[in-house]
Amino acid sequence: MQLIPCPWCGPREETEFHYGGQAHVAYPQDPAALTDEAWARYVFFRDNPSGPFAERWSHSAGCRRWFNAVRDTRTYDLLAVYDAGEPMPDLGERDEVVS
Amino acid sequence: MTADTSSRTSPLAAWADRLAGLAPALTVVERPFLTQLTVRASDPDAVAALGAALGVAFPADPCTFTRGDGPFGDVEVLWLGPDEFLVVARSDLDPRVPVEEALRTALGSARGAVVDTSAQRTTVALAGPHVRDVLAHGCAVDLHPSAAPTGTCVQTLLARAGVILQVVDAEAGVFTVLVRSSFAEYLAAWLSDACVEYLAGVS
Ligand SMILES: [Zn+2]
Repeated sequence: MQLIPCPWCGPREETEFHYGGQAHVAYPQDPAALTDEAWARYVFFRDNPSGPFAERWSHSAGCRRWFNAVRDTRTYDLLAVYDAGEPMPDLGERDEVVS
Repeated sequence: MTADTSSRTSPLAAWADRLAGLAPALTVVERPFLTQLTVRASDPDAVAALGAALGVAFPADPCTFTRGDGPFGDVEVLWLGPDEFLVVARSDLDPRVPVEEALRTALGSARGAVVDTSAQRTTVALAGPHVRDVLAHGCAVDLHPSAAPTGTCVQTLLARAGVILQVVDAEAGVFTVLVRSSFAEYLAAWLSDACVEYLAGVS
């Protein structure tokens, strides 16, 4: 079973968590000003890297707090966990694959 | 026939005999109708004031609970989140409003909330030589005394039902499970089933 390190509760089973998609997707400053295409890009389009990916997670069956995690999509390794609202931490020398 | 609403019926009232039958491998006793208050506060001064009003300091560390005797008797404060706590007091406080009011007064103008959630959960006290074995059938959290000492309080899944699990006495193997009233009978049935293999072995 995959363990996810909640910043508050420590490592817990993946089944206690809820996935929240890509992190750091900013809500548009002025949504009404967006074209349909730009709005669709905000709502539906997400990165799909092969490698480290910053994601939002909620410890829904535990402390019910949202946090961010960097997960390597190739290995499922959780490389870093940090507070929602903080910038993605520098992971140093990583063989990041950008498709 | 009209329903009798003059007396309270606890969520596990109908299960008392069946749960008692699990002893001595597992002793399961419902402690119904405890006073439970959900407290939200993040300001450290406000949290300290809330603790002073209860006579029990609020838990400073995640996944722990504190216990003490104050003006409202034996009270526990459970950590539920970085700004969220559950105050559990005796059931025979009458009326229970003063606890709520004392906490609201202590909170003052600080941002937060005190909400009576007594009906949300019932409380089940677990003990016995096989309590960890039974819990391990449905709970992935490590409950060995070295990993979960006395005072640990985790929110997790027990047999896929959301629970709050308190380690009351790690050495003696005494636990408290708070479960939502609507899940209580399911959990009682699961406990009965998970305990079957230990009933014959304990004489
Ligand atoms: Zn957590």
